Amino acid sequence: MRKLINGFKHWFNTLTNKQRESLTGYAFISIWLVGFILLTMVPLFESLIYSFQRITIVGGEGIRLTFVGLQNYINLFTTDLTFLSRLQDFIFEMVLFVPVMNILAMLIAILLNRQFKFRGFFRAIFFLPVIITSGPVIAELLRQGAGTLPIITESGFLDMIEQILPPFLNGPLQSLFSQIIFMLWFSGVQVVLYLAGLQKLDQSMYEAAQIDGANVWETFWKITLPSLRPMIVVSSIYTIVTLATFANNPLILWISSVMFNPNLGYGYASSLAWVYFLVIAILLLITTRLVSPRDKGYKVVKTYERIGR
Amino acid sequence: MKPQPSSRFKRYLLGMKLTDGLLYRVVLYILLIIIGFVYVYPLLHMLSYSLKSLADLLDPTINVLPSSLYLENFTNALLVLNYGPLFLESLSVTLIPAILQTMVASLIGYGFARFQFPLKRLWFALLLATYLIPPQVTMIPRYVLFFNIGILETIFSIIIPATFGQGVSSAIFVLIFYQFYLMVPKALDEAAQLDGATRWGIYTKVAIPLSLPSFLTAFLFSFVWYWNETYIARLFLGSGGETLLIRLYNFVSAYNAVLGGGSNVANEAIRMAATLLIIAPLIVAYFILQRLFIEGVDRSGITGE
Repeated sequence: MRKLINGFKHWFNTLTNKQRESLTGYAFISIWLVGFILLTMVPLFESLIYSFQRITIVGGEGIRLTFVGLQNYINLFTTDLTFLSRLQDFIFEMVLFVPVMNILAMLIAILLNRQFKFRGFFRAIFFLPVIITSGPVIAELLRQGAGTLPIITESGFLDMIEQILPPFLNGPLQSLFSQIIFMLWFSGVQVVLYLAGLQKLDQSMYEAAQIDGANVWETFWKITLPSLRPMIVVSSIYTIVTLATFANNPLILWISSVMFNPNLGYGYASSLAWVYFLVIAILLLITTRLVSPRDKGYKVVKTYERIGR
Repeated sequence: MKPQPSSRFKRYLLGMKLTDGLLYRVVLYILLIIIGFVYVYPLLHMLSYSLKSLADLLDPTINVLPSSLYLENFTNALLVLNYGPLFLESLSVTLIPAILQTMVASLIGYGFARFQFPLKRLWFALLLATYLIPPQVTMIPRYVLFFNIGILETIFSIIIPATFGQGVSSAIFVLIFYQFYLMVPKALDEAAQLDGATRWGIYTKVAIPLSLPSFLTAFLFSFVWYWNETYIARLFLGSGGETLLIRLYNFVSAYNAVLGGGSNVANEAIRMAATLLIIAPLIVAYFILQRLFIEGVDRSGITGE
């Protein structure tokens, strides 16, 4: 054993500095590399393979695979009404919740970005839900009707919406107002992200813009908002990933219940998971495209940043 | 420069420096208090309900304030939740993965921040990508794998992913350390190297002591996220372990098993008391350590640079 170590040391010393650095780097990340390959990459491929199989559990010998081609995917889109309706709700919810949550978070961050007493206290309150939010707790609160304010449900506001608006808008708006508290509860991290972004803004940019005659409204749209764009990207990604993987999400609950359904099983559950994954990936792609910072508005910021310096 | 009255409201909304007008201050506080109230409303609701006796629940004249300080809901909830033993079990299922995940994230973050090696950009991109992959995709093969190697329904099915940097939001923790170690000047390494320290020695004797605040942040978030994670835990722990939150998830059946029978049903008040008891330790910890939590988000470096 000692000989082996000495041999290794000798060999290590014959390497160039660059090779040695590479090897040390790999040694440091090796635990992640092993984990990534065995617990993420291989399972990723396996679940893709599973999704084309019918999987039955055979007592004593584990699982048995039967190749069924695209059958799982065909069933998913033609017969699985639960999945399809939940998927549709999920997409609607994302389209509505992600912008609303980000706008709320940004407004709260703008409020918190001023100097006033008890600033730390309010910041702490707005971040508190991040610590206590978990599937069962949220489920209990929603069951209790604590997800919305009594003033919204009792004032007849929701009924009013129902009467005025067409049904396709009505559904999402109802869920928006009946879950307004939870949208705020899921915005704690985003508030802190925007706040950090606001605090990094260079005040001299605003001074330069003011000299050019810009008013406050203009500086918000031309400087503050474009400067926050990288933050909007990060915050939107965080929002989507958090909502998509939250334990009460009806879609992922469906996936795990399908998994143990003897008629559907692991294979079918895997195909659901992959479709879900692709939907999330597309949502993330669209979101980052929409708010990505490489456009005209961002150039204005860069110009003022230069002038500011 | 004095703002025009008409532009004041705009200024107030738009996040620019603002001269202190009394009116603004009042509006600001009112807005903050309203939003703050919306934030804590569910907690107040929970507290108010948890103190209500059955008579109070049925009495329509009793709204927010219960008629008396009724604590039996809490004693019953403690019984149903099996609070003491399950608290310890939750703690162990949370603490061990959180500690391991933090240590490993530091190691990995250091590797990515300090060394140049082939394919580094690819691995780093894949590392970040693991945050975006929903756990549902890898969950089934992992479940089969853990079953085959015989660690399903044991705490190892939670510990093993954490140890290999594939646990709950592992990528974020690696990112926290990565950002921190990038900022540590290389001159420190060189000085240690002149003193004859090995790369490992530099990591343990120079980098780790400097990054203790990052350790704390990563550990706190890791702890909270493991504590609150129920989807994967329920699947992997199965009958092999129960946490407080899983117990809350199955509250009705737990209630019937412990206090059930006859007209005795788990009412809203006792469920709220149980929920409150479960989040209480987190709230206490948060109010002691809240600065660390919030600064932790900044420290992650995802806020810019």
